[in-house]
Amino acid sequence: MHKLEIDGLTKRYYVERDGRQVLALSAVSLSVAEGEFVAIVGPSGCGKTTLLNIVAGLLPYDLGTVAIDGRRVEGPGVDRAVVFQHSSLLPWRTIAGNVRYGMELHRRVDRATMQQRTDYFIGLVGLTGFERHYPSELSGGMQQRVNLARALASDPVVLLMDEPFAALDAQTREQMQVELLKIWTHARKTVLFITHQIDEAVYLADRVAVMSARPGQIKGVFDVPFPRPRPLSVKRDPGFAALEDAIWGLVDARQERGDSVGRPA
Amino acid sequence: MSGTREPELIEAPRRSFYQRHERLILGGLSVVVVLAVWQAFWSAGRISPLFFTGPSAVVKRFAEEWTGGRLKADLVYSGTNFVIGVGLAIATGVVCGVLIGWYRRLGMVFEPFVAALYSTPRVAMIPLILIWFGIGMWSKVFIVFINAFFPVLINTIGGVRAIDSDLLRAARAFCASDWQIFTTVVIPGSVPFILTGVRQAVALGLIGVVVGEMFGGSEGIGYMTNYSGQTFQTDAVFLGVVLIACAGIVLTWLAERLERHFSRWRPER
Repeated sequence: MHKLEIDGLTKRYYVERDGRQVLALSAVSLSVAEGEFVAIVGPSGCGKTTLLNIVAGLLPYDLGTVAIDGRRVEGPGVDRAVVFQHSSLLPWRTIAGNVRYGMELHRRVDRATMQQRTDYFIGLVGLTGFERHYPSELSGGMQQRVNLARALASDPVVLLMDEPFAALDAQTREQMQVELLKIWTHARKTVLFITHQIDEAVYLADRVAVMSARPGQIKGVFDVPFPRPRPLSVKRDPGFAALEDAIWGLVDARQERGDSVGRPA
Repeated sequence: MSGTREPELIEAPRRSFYQRHERLILGGLSVVVVLAVWQAFWSAGRISPLFFTGPSAVVKRFAEEWTGGRLKADLVYSGTNFVIGVGLAIATGVVCGVLIGWYRRLGMVFEPFVAALYSTPRVAMIPLILIWFGIGMWSKVFIVFINAFFPVLINTIGGVRAIDSDLLRAARAFCASDWQIFTTVVIPGSVPFILTGVRQAVALGLIGVVVGEMFGGSEGIGYMTNYSGQTFQTDAVFLGVVLIACAGIVLTWLAERLERHFSRWRPER
Protein backbone atom coordinates (compact mmCIF):
# COMPACT_ATOMS: atom_id res chain seq x y z
CA MET A 1 0.00 0.00 0.00
CA HIS A 2 1.41 3.37 -0.98
CA LYS A 3 1.26 6.03 1.69
CA LEU A 4 2.20 8.84 -0.63
CA GLU A 5 1.30 8.81 -4.28
CA ILE A 6 2.42 11.52 -6.70
CA ASP A 7 1.07 11.04 -10.21
CA GLY A 8 1.69 13.19 -13.28
CA LEU A 9 2.25 16.29 -11.16
CA THR A 10 2.74 19.47 -13.17
CA LYS A 11 3.37 22.95 -11.84
CA ARG A 12 3.79 26.19 -13.75
CA TYR A 13 5.09 29.46 -12.41
CA TYR A 14 4.27 32.75 -14.00
CA VAL A 15 7.16 35.17 -14.07
CA GLU A 16 5.40 38.46 -13.46
CA ARG A 17 8.18 40.60 -14.87
CA ASP A 18 7.98 39.43 -18.48
CA GLY A 19 4.73 37.46 -18.43
CA ARG A 20 6.54 34.21 -19.18
CA GLN A 21 5.62 30.79 -17.87
CA VAL A 22 8.16 28.53 -16.29
CA LEU A 23 7.47 24.82 -16.09
CA ALA A 24 8.71 24.01 -12.60
CA LEU A 25 7.52 20.43 -12.53
CA SER A 26 6.62 18.33 -15.52
CA ALA A 27 4.63 15.10 -15.08
CA VAL A 28 6.39 14.03 -11.90
CA SER A 29 5.33 10.60 -10.62
CA LEU A 30 6.64 8.95 -7.47
CA SER A 31 5.21 6.58 -4.88
CA VAL A 32 6.39 6.09 -1.34
CA ALA A 33 5.37 2.95 0.53
CA GLU A 34 4.45 2.84 4.19
CA GLY A 35 7.53 3.17 6.40
CA GLU A 36 9.74 3.82 3.39
CA PHE A 37 12.49 6.44 3.27
CA VAL A 38 12.70 8.06 -0.17
CA ALA A 39 15.20 10.77 -1.02
CA ILE A 40 15.05 13.16 -3.95
CA VAL A 41 18.34 14.59 -5.21
CA GLY A 42 18.82 17.24 -7.81
CA PRO A 43 20.62 20.49 -8.53
CA SER A 44 19.35 23.70 -6.96
CA GLY A 45 16.50 25.11 -8.99
CA CYS A 46 15.33 21.70 -10.24
CA GLY A 47 12.00 22.11 -8.46
CA LYS A 48 12.56 19.62 -5.64
CA THR A 49 11.58 22.14 -2.97
CA THR A 50 8.55 23.10 -5.08
CA LEU A 51 7.60 19.42 -5.12
CA LEU A 52 7.92 19.17 -1.35
CA ASN A 53 5.89 22.36 -0.81
CA ILE A 54 3.12 20.96 -3.00
CA VAL A 55 3.07 17.71 -1.04
CA ALA A 56 3.01 19.77 2.16
CA GLY A 57 -0.05 21.59 0.80
CA LEU A 58 1.69 24.96 0.82
CA LEU A 59 1.49 25.44 -2.96
CA PRO A 60 -1.32 24.77 -5.44
CA TYR A 61 -0.64 22.62 -8.49
CA ASP A 62 -1.94 22.57 -12.04
CA LEU A 63 -2.17 18.97 -13.20
CA GLY A 64 -1.87 15.50 -11.78
CA THR A 65 -2.56 14.27 -8.29
CA VAL A 66 -0.90 14.11 -4.93
CA ALA A 67 -2.57 11.73 -2.51
CA ILE A 68 -1.87 10.46 0.98
CA ASP A 69 -3.57 7.20 1.94
CA GLY A 70 -5.65 7.65 -1.18
CA ARG A 71 -6.92 11.11 -0.18
CA ARG A 72 -6.10 13.97 -2.51
CA VAL A 73 -3.95 16.74 -1.01
CA GLU A 74 -5.79 20.07 -1.09
CA GLY A 75 -3.84 22.01 1.52
CA PRO A 76 -1.83 21.53 4.68
CA GLY A 77 -3.02 18.63 6.79
CA VAL A 78 -2.41 16.90 10.08
CA ASP A 79 -1.24 13.83 8.14
CA ARG A 80 1.97 15.64 7.11
CA ALA A 81 4.72 17.47 8.96
CA VAL A 82 7.62 19.39 7.47
CA VAL A 83 11.19 19.74 8.69
CA PHE A 84 12.39 22.92 7.01
CA GLN A 85 15.90 23.82 5.93
CA HIS A 86 15.82 26.82 8.23
CA SER A 87 14.70 25.54 11.57
CA SER A 88 11.78 28.04 11.61
CA LEU A 89 11.47 27.77 15.38
CA LEU A 90 9.47 30.43 17.19
CA PRO A 91 12.29 32.40 18.85
CA TRP A 92 10.12 33.52 21.78
CA ARG A 93 9.15 29.98 22.72
CA THR A 94 11.33 27.62 24.67
CA ILE A 95 12.45 24.32 23.17
CA ALA A 96 9.56 22.52 24.89
CA GLY A 97 7.16 25.19 23.65
CA ASN A 98 8.40 24.74 20.10
CA VAL A 99 8.15 20.95 20.18
CA ARG A 100 4.59 21.36 21.48
CA TYR A 101 3.70 23.89 18.78
CA GLY A 102 2.47 21.51 16.07
CA MET A 103 0.35 19.57 18.58
CA GLU A 104 -1.12 22.82 19.93
CA LEU A 105 -2.17 23.91 16.45
CA HIS A 106 -3.67 20.52 15.64
CA ARG A 107 -5.63 20.33 18.92
CA ARG A 108 -5.94 16.58 18.64
CA VAL A 109 -4.49 15.58 22.00
CA ASP A 110 -5.09 16.75 25.57
CA ARG A 111 -2.57 18.65 27.68
CA ALA A 112 -1.21 15.64 29.53
CA THR A 113 -0.57 13.71 26.32
CA MET A 114 1.01 16.81 24.81
CA GLN A 115 3.38 17.12 27.75
CA GLN A 116 4.23 13.44 27.62
CA ARG A 117 4.90 13.47 23.87
CA THR A 118 6.95 16.66 24.19
CA ASP A 119 9.19 15.03 26.79
CA TYR A 120 9.46 11.82 24.78
CA PHE A 121 10.50 13.48 21.52
CA ILE A 122 12.89 15.91 23.18
CA GLY A 123 14.51 12.82 24.68
CA LEU A 124 14.47 11.00 21.35
CA VAL A 125 16.43 13.79 19.61
CA GLY A 126 18.84 13.93 22.56
CA LEU A 127 17.93 17.34 23.97
CA THR A 128 16.74 16.39 27.46
CA GLY A 129 17.77 19.18 29.81
CA PHE A 130 17.32 21.91 27.18
CA GLU A 131 13.51 22.17 27.54
CA ARG A 132 13.62 25.67 28.98
CA HIS A 133 16.24 27.09 26.64
CA TYR A 134 15.42 29.46 23.82
CA PRO A 135 16.33 28.55 20.22
CA SER A 136 18.91 31.36 20.02
CA GLU A 137 20.85 29.62 22.78
CA LEU A 138 21.23 26.44 20.69
CA SER A 139 23.63 25.55 17.88
CA GLY A 140 22.37 25.01 14.33
CA GLY A 141 22.49 21.24 14.71
CA MET A 142 20.53 21.36 17.95
CA GLN A 143 17.94 23.67 16.37
CA GLN A 144 17.42 21.13 13.61
CA ARG A 145 16.91 18.44 16.24
CA VAL A 146 14.13 20.58 17.74
CA ASN A 147 12.72 21.09 14.26
CA LEU A 148 12.65 17.31 13.79
CA ALA A 149 11.14 16.71 17.24
CA ARG A 150 8.40 19.25 16.52
CA ALA A 151 7.51 17.47 13.28
CA LEU A 152 7.56 13.98 14.84
CA ALA A 153 5.57 15.07 17.90
CA SER A 154 2.65 16.11 15.71
CA ASP A 155 2.45 12.44 14.69
CA PRO A 156 2.26 12.75 10.89
CA VAL A 157 1.62 9.92 8.48
CA VAL A 158 4.30 11.27 6.16
CA LEU A 159 7.35 13.22 7.26
CA LEU A 160 8.62 15.76 4.71
CA MET A 161 12.20 16.96 5.05
CA ASP A 162 13.44 19.90 2.97
CA GLU A 163 17.25 19.86 2.96
CA PRO A 164 17.23 19.87 6.75
CA PHE A 165 21.01 19.56 7.12
CA ALA A 166 22.08 21.81 4.25
CA ALA A 167 22.95 24.73 6.50
CA LEU A 168 25.09 22.65 8.86
CA ASP A 169 28.84 22.13 8.70
CA ALA A 170 30.14 18.83 7.33
CA GLN A 171 30.83 17.08 10.66
CA THR A 172 27.51 18.10 12.21
CA ARG A 173 25.70 17.07 9.06
CA GLU A 174 27.21 13.58 9.15
CA GLN A 175 26.40 13.26 12.86
CA MET A 176 22.82 14.35 12.20
CA GLN A 177 22.48 11.77 9.42
CA VAL A 178 23.42 9.01 11.85
CA GLU A 179 21.02 10.44 14.45
CA LEU A 180 18.22 10.73 11.93
CA LEU A 181 18.49 7.06 11.00
CA LYS A 182 18.48 6.10 14.66
CA ILE A 183 15.39 8.25 15.32
CA TRP A 184 13.70 6.98 12.19
CA THR A 185 14.10 3.35 13.30
CA HIS A 186 12.22 4.32 16.48
CA ALA A 187 9.55 6.50 14.92
CA ARG A 188 9.04 4.39 11.76
CA LYS A 189 7.58 7.16 9.67
CA THR A 190 7.21 7.35 5.92
CA VAL A 191 9.78 9.93 4.84
CA LEU A 192 10.25 12.09 1.77
CA PHE A 193 13.68 13.68 2.04
CA ILE A 194 14.94 16.45 -0.27
CA THR A 195 18.67 17.04 -0.60
CA HIS A 196 21.32 18.13 -3.07
CA GLN A 197 23.94 15.88 -1.47
CA ILE A 198 24.12 12.56 -3.30
CA ASP A 199 26.00 10.78 -0.49
CA GLU A 200 23.42 11.97 2.04
CA ALA A 201 20.60 10.59 -0.10
CA VAL A 202 22.30 7.22 -0.60
CA TYR A 203 23.25 6.87 3.07
CA LEU A 204 19.77 7.64 4.38
CA ALA A 205 17.26 6.36 1.86
CA ASP A 206 15.71 3.11 0.73
CA ARG A 207 15.30 4.60 -2.71
CA VAL A 208 16.80 7.69 -4.35
CA ALA A 209 14.93 9.61 -7.02
CA VAL A 210 17.00 11.86 -9.29
CA MET A 211 15.53 15.11 -10.54
CA SER A 212 16.70 17.38 -13.33
CA ALA A 213 15.90 21.01 -13.93
CA ARG A 214 13.94 22.97 -16.54
CA PRO A 215 11.52 21.33 -16.53
CA GLY A 216 11.70 19.54 -13.19
CA GLN A 217 11.44 15.86 -13.99
CA ILE A 218 12.36 12.60 -12.36
CA LYS A 219 15.14 11.04 -14.44
CA GLY A 220 15.40 7.79 -12.58
CA VAL A 221 14.92 6.00 -9.27
CA PHE A 222 17.65 3.90 -7.64
CA ASP A 223 17.20 1.20 -5.02
CA VAL A 224 19.72 1.41 -2.21
CA PRO A 225 20.69 -2.17 -1.33
CA PHE A 226 22.60 -1.64 1.94
CA PRO A 227 21.07 -3.35 4.97
CA ARG A 228 20.00 -1.44 8.05
CA PRO A 229 21.15 -0.40 10.57
CA ARG A 230 23.77 1.36 8.47
CA PRO A 231 27.00 2.41 10.14
CA LEU A 232 28.77 5.45 8.71
CA SER A 233 31.43 3.11 7.35
CA VAL A 234 28.97 2.04 4.66
CA LYS A 235 29.94 5.31 2.92
CA ARG A 236 33.37 3.75 2.24
CA ASP A 237 31.84 0.61 0.71
CA PRO A 238 32.76 0.21 -2.99
CA GLY A 239 29.10 -0.41 -3.76
CA PHE A 240 28.26 2.94 -2.18
CA ALA A 241 30.70 4.78 -4.44
CA ALA A 242 29.39 2.88 -7.48
CA LEU A 243 25.82 3.89 -6.67
CA GLU A 244 26.89 7.49 -6.15
CA ASP A 245 28.61 7.44 -9.54
CA ALA A 246 25.55 6.05 -11.23
CA ILE A 247 23.38 8.78 -9.69
CA TRP A 248 25.95 11.41 -10.51
CA GLY A 249 25.97 10.25 -14.11
CA LEU A 250 22.23 10.75 -14.39
CA VAL A 251 22.37 14.18 -12.75
CA ASP A 252 25.36 15.21 -14.80
CA ALA A 253 23.95 14.09 -18.13
CA ARG A 254 21.67 17.10 -18.29
CA GLN A 255 23.68 19.57 -16.25
CA GLU A 256 26.31 22.04 -17.24
CA ARG A 257 29.31 21.97 -14.96
CA GLY A 258 29.16 24.36 -12.07
CA ASP A 259 25.66 23.53 -11.01
CA SER A 260 25.57 22.87 -7.35
CA VAL A 261 25.07 19.17 -6.89
CA GLY A 262 27.20 18.00 -4.04
CA ARG A 263 29.72 15.38 -5.04
CA PRO A 264 31.75 14.09 -2.16
CA ALA A 265 35.49 14.52 -2.44
CA MET B 1 34.45 24.52 42.32
CA SER B 2 35.57 21.15 43.62
CA GLY B 3 38.73 19.29 42.77
CA THR B 4 39.99 20.84 39.56
CA ARG B 5 42.22 23.88 39.67
CA GLU B 6 40.90 25.29 36.45
CA PRO B 7 38.31 27.71 37.86
CA GLU B 8 41.09 29.70 39.51
CA LEU B 9 42.58 30.40 36.12
CA ILE B 10 39.43 31.87 34.64
CA GLU B 11 38.17 33.68 37.73
CA ALA B 12 38.00 37.43 37.14
CA PRO B 13 40.30 39.52 39.34
CA ARG B 14 38.36 40.96 42.27
CA ARG B 15 37.27 44.47 41.48
CA SER B 16 37.08 47.13 44.15
CA PHE B 17 33.84 48.67 45.38
CA TYR B 18 34.57 51.78 43.32
CA GLN B 19 35.26 49.80 40.13
CA ARG B 20 32.03 47.89 40.46
CA HIS B 21 29.91 51.01 40.98
CA GLU B 22 31.87 53.58 38.98
CA ARG B 23 28.91 54.73 36.92
CA LEU B 24 26.67 55.22 39.94
CA ILE B 25 29.35 56.93 42.01
CA LEU B 26 30.47 59.42 39.36
CA GLY B 27 26.91 60.15 38.25
CA GLY B 28 25.63 60.60 41.79
CA LEU B 29 28.60 62.70 42.77
CA SER B 30 28.10 65.13 39.90
CA VAL B 31 24.44 65.62 40.84
CA VAL B 32 25.33 66.24 44.47
CA VAL B 33 28.06 68.74 43.55
CA VAL B 34 25.81 70.70 41.20
CA LEU B 35 23.02 70.83 43.81
CA ALA B 36 25.49 71.91 46.53
CA VAL B 37 26.98 74.71 44.44
CA TRP B 38 23.50 75.88 43.45
CA GLN B 39 22.34 75.81 47.07
CA ALA B 40 25.47 77.71 48.19
CA PHE B 41 24.78 80.53 45.73
CA TRP B 42 21.13 80.59 46.78
CA SER B 43 21.95 80.70 50.51
CA ALA B 44 24.47 83.46 49.93
CA GLY B 45 21.66 85.53 48.43
CA ARG B 46 23.42 85.77 45.05
CA ILE B 47 20.33 84.56 43.14
CA SER B 48 17.29 86.70 42.49
CA PRO B 49 14.13 84.81 43.58
CA LEU B 50 12.29 86.47 40.71
CA PHE B 51 14.35 84.82 37.96
CA PHE B 52 15.66 81.72 39.63
CA THR B 53 15.37 79.73 42.81
CA GLY B 54 17.30 77.42 45.09
CA PRO B 55 17.00 73.70 45.89
CA SER B 56 15.82 74.37 49.44
CA ALA B 57 13.12 76.75 48.20
CA VAL B 58 11.81 74.10 45.83
CA VAL B 59 11.71 71.51 48.61
CA LYS B 60 9.99 73.97 50.93
CA ARG B 61 7.43 74.81 48.29
CA PHE B 62 6.83 71.13 47.68
CA ALA B 63 6.13 70.52 51.36
CA GLU B 64 3.72 73.46 51.52
CA GLU B 65 1.84 72.53 48.37
CA TRP B 66 1.71 68.87 49.38
CA THR B 67 0.16 69.50 52.82
CA GLY B 68 -1.80 72.68 52.32
CA GLY B 69 -2.13 73.28 48.60
CA ARG B 70 -3.69 71.66 45.57
CA LEU B 71 -0.64 69.66 44.54
CA LYS B 72 -2.17 66.26 45.29
CA ALA B 73 -5.33 67.08 43.34
CA ASP B 74 -3.25 68.39 40.44
CA LEU B 75 -1.14 65.24 40.37
CA VAL B 76 -4.23 63.01 40.38
CA TYR B 77 -5.82 65.09 37.60
CA SER B 78 -2.76 64.99 35.35
CA GLY B 79 -2.06 61.36 36.19
CA THR B 80 -5.60 60.29 35.34
CA ASN B 81 -5.52 62.10 31.99
CA PHE B 82 -2.15 60.57 31.22
CA VAL B 83 -3.21 57.01 32.07
CA ILE B 84 -6.48 57.20 30.12
CA GLY B 85 -4.85 58.86 27.11
CA VAL B 86 -1.83 56.55 26.91
CA GLY B 87 -3.98 53.49 27.66
CA LEU B 88 -6.36 54.30 24.82
CA ALA B 89 -3.41 55.05 22.54
CA ILE B 90 -1.77 51.68 23.23
CA ALA B 91 -5.00 49.72 22.81
CA THR B 92 -6.06 51.39 19.56
CA GLY B 93 -2.49 51.72 18.27
CA VAL B 94 -1.81 47.99 18.61
CA VAL B 95 -5.12 46.93 17.05
CA CYS B 96 -4.85 49.39 14.12
CA GLY B 97 -1.16 48.61 13.70
CA VAL B 98 -1.72 44.86 13.48
CA LEU B 99 -4.53 45.32 10.95
CA ILE B 100 -2.64 47.84 8.79
CA GLY B 101 0.57 45.84 9.01
CA TRP B 102 -1.05 42.51 8.17
CA TYR B 103 -3.58 43.41 5.49
CA ARG B 104 -1.61 44.94 2.63
CA ARG B 105 -4.59 46.73 1.08
CA LEU B 106 -5.63 48.26 4.37
CA GLY B 107 -2.09 49.58 4.61
CA MET B 108 -2.30 51.15 1.16
CA VAL B 109 -5.58 52.85 2.05
CA PHE B 110 -4.52 54.29 5.39
CA GLU B 111 -0.86 55.02 4.85
CA PRO B 112 -1.28 58.54 3.34
CA PHE B 113 -3.26 59.65 6.41
CA VAL B 114 -0.91 58.00 8.85
CA ALA B 115 2.10 59.60 7.17
CA ALA B 116 0.45 63.04 7.05
CA LEU B 117 -0.68 63.00 10.67
CA TYR B 118 2.57 61.49 11.88
CA SER B 119 4.65 64.25 10.34
CA THR B 120 2.36 67.08 11.51
CA PRO B 121 3.46 68.56 14.85
CA ARG B 122 0.57 67.58 17.08
CA VAL B 123 0.72 70.93 18.92
CA ALA B 124 -0.65 72.54 15.78
CA MET B 125 -3.85 70.57 16.24
CA ILE B 126 -4.50 71.69 19.80
CA PRO B 127 -6.78 74.64 18.87
CA LEU B 128 -8.90 72.24 16.84
CA ILE B 129 -9.02 69.76 19.71
CA LEU B 130 -10.18 72.55 22.04
CA ILE B 131 -12.98 73.38 19.60
CA TRP B 132 -14.03 69.73 19.55
CA PHE B 133 -13.67 68.79 23.19
CA GLY B 134 -13.81 72.11 25.08
CA ILE B 135 -11.31 72.98 27.79
CA GLY B 136 -12.34 70.19 30.17
CA MET B 137 -10.66 66.92 30.95
CA TRP B 138 -11.42 65.18 27.64
CA SER B 139 -9.51 67.65 25.51
CA LYS B 140 -6.45 66.92 27.68
CA VAL B 141 -6.99 63.18 27.37
CA PHE B 142 -7.29 63.53 23.62
CA ILE B 143 -4.08 65.55 23.36
CA VAL B 144 -2.26 62.82 25.31
CA PHE B 145 -3.87 60.22 23.08
CA ILE B 146 -2.94 61.87 19.79
CA ASN B 147 0.66 62.25 20.99
CA ALA B 148 1.00 58.69 22.20
CA PHE B 149 -0.96 56.97 19.43
CA PHE B 150 1.45 57.33 16.54
CA PRO B 151 4.59 55.79 18.02
CA VAL B 152 2.55 52.72 19.03
CA LEU B 153 0.91 52.52 15.61
CA ILE B 154 4.10 52.99 13.58
CA ASN B 155 6.11 50.51 15.64
CA THR B 156 3.35 47.89 15.59
CA ILE B 157 3.06 48.14 11.81
CA GLY B 158 6.83 47.73 11.56
CA GLY B 159 6.76 44.75 13.92
CA VAL B 160 4.04 42.92 12.01
CA ARG B 161 5.81 43.50 8.70
CA ALA B 162 9.10 42.26 10.11
CA ILE B 163 7.65 38.81 10.93
CA ASP B 164 9.89 36.11 9.48
CA SER B 165 8.11 34.51 6.52
CA ASP B 166 9.70 31.16 7.41
CA LEU B 167 7.72 31.19 10.65
CA LEU B 168 4.48 31.86 8.79
CA ARG B 169 5.25 29.02 6.40
CA ALA B 170 5.95 26.64 9.28
CA ALA B 171 2.72 27.64 11.01
CA ARG B 172 0.75 27.09 7.79
CA ALA B 173 2.40 23.71 7.26
CA PHE B 174 1.08 22.72 10.70
CA CYS B 175 -2.42 23.74 9.55
CA ALA B 176 -2.59 26.92 11.64
CA SER B 177 -5.81 28.86 11.14
CA ASP B 178 -5.62 32.63 10.49
CA TRP B 179 -6.52 33.24 14.11
CA GLN B 180 -3.83 30.83 15.32
CA ILE B 181 -1.27 32.54 13.08
CA PHE B 182 -2.26 35.87 14.66
CA THR B 183 -2.05 34.66 18.23
CA THR B 184 1.01 32.40 17.96
CA VAL B 185 3.19 34.21 15.40
CA VAL B 186 2.12 37.74 14.52
CA ILE B 187 1.32 39.11 17.99
CA PRO B 188 4.20 37.56 19.96
CA GLY B 189 6.61 38.43 17.17
CA SER B 190 5.56 42.08 17.29
CA VAL B 191 5.73 42.43 21.06
CA PRO B 192 9.27 43.86 21.22
CA PHE B 193 8.34 46.43 18.56
CA ILE B 194 5.09 47.27 20.32
CA LEU B 195 6.96 47.84 23.56
CA THR B 196 9.41 50.18 21.83
CA GLY B 197 6.30 52.05 20.72
CA VAL B 198 4.98 52.06 24.29
CA ARG B 199 8.24 53.53 25.58
CA GLN B 200 8.02 56.36 23.05
CA ALA B 201 4.30 56.77 23.74
CA VAL B 202 4.96 57.26 27.45
CA ALA B 203 7.48 60.02 26.75
CA LEU B 204 5.29 61.78 24.18
CA GLY B 205 2.15 61.31 26.30
CA LEU B 206 3.85 63.16 29.12
CA ILE B 207 4.54 66.08 26.80
CA GLY B 208 0.86 65.90 25.81
CA VAL B 209 -0.29 66.20 29.44
CA VAL B 210 1.80 69.30 30.11
CA VAL B 211 1.14 71.06 26.82
CA GLY B 212 -2.59 70.29 26.94
CA GLU B 213 -2.96 71.89 30.36
CA MET B 214 -1.13 75.01 29.26
CA PHE B 215 -3.82 75.65 26.65
CA GLY B 216 -6.72 76.36 28.99
CA GLY B 217 -8.33 74.69 31.94
CA SER B 218 -7.49 75.24 35.57
CA GLU B 219 -6.15 71.97 36.92
CA GLY B 220 -3.11 69.75 36.69
CA ILE B 221 0.66 69.98 36.96
CA GLY B 222 1.01 71.64 33.56
CA TYR B 223 -1.53 74.27 34.52
CA MET B 224 0.17 74.82 37.87
CA THR B 225 3.55 75.31 36.20
CA ASN B 226 2.15 77.66 33.62
CA TYR B 227 0.09 79.67 36.12
CA SER B 228 3.03 79.96 38.51
CA GLY B 229 5.10 81.35 35.67
CA GLN B 230 2.51 83.98 34.84
CA THR B 231 2.39 85.06 38.48
CA PHE B 232 6.22 85.02 38.90
CA GLN B 233 6.26 82.24 41.50
CA THR B 234 9.56 80.94 40.19
CA ASP B 235 9.99 78.27 42.87
CA ALA B 236 6.62 76.74 41.95
CA VAL B 237 7.62 76.68 38.27
CA PHE B 238 10.74 74.78 39.27
CA LEU B 239 8.67 72.43 41.38
CA GLY B 240 6.44 71.64 38.41
CA VAL B 241 9.40 71.04 36.11
CA VAL B 242 11.11 68.77 38.65
CA LEU B 243 7.93 66.74 39.19
CA ILE B 244 7.39 66.31 35.45
CA ALA B 245 11.03 65.35 35.00
CA CYS B 246 10.77 62.75 37.78
CA ALA B 247 7.63 61.29 36.24
CA GLY B 248 9.41 61.08 32.90
CA ILE B 249 12.45 59.35 34.34
CA VAL B 250 10.43 56.79 36.31
CA LEU B 251 7.98 56.01 33.51
CA THR B 252 10.67 55.67 30.85
CA TRP B 253 12.68 53.42 33.15
CA LEU B 254 9.63 51.21 33.73
CA ALA B 255 8.90 51.03 30.01
CA GLU B 256 12.51 50.11 29.29
CA ARG B 257 12.40 47.35 31.88
CA LEU B 258 9.22 45.98 30.31
CA GLU B 259 10.78 46.17 26.85
CA ARG B 260 13.89 44.30 27.96
CA HIS B 261 11.89 41.67 29.81
CA PHE B 262 9.89 40.75 26.73
CA SER B 263 12.91 40.82 24.43
CA ARG B 264 14.97 38.28 26.31
CA TRP B 265 14.56 35.66 23.62
CA ARG B 266 16.20 37.95 21.08
CA PRO B 267 19.80 36.92 20.53
CA GLU B 268 21.15 40.42 19.91
CA ARG B 269 20.22 41.66 23.37
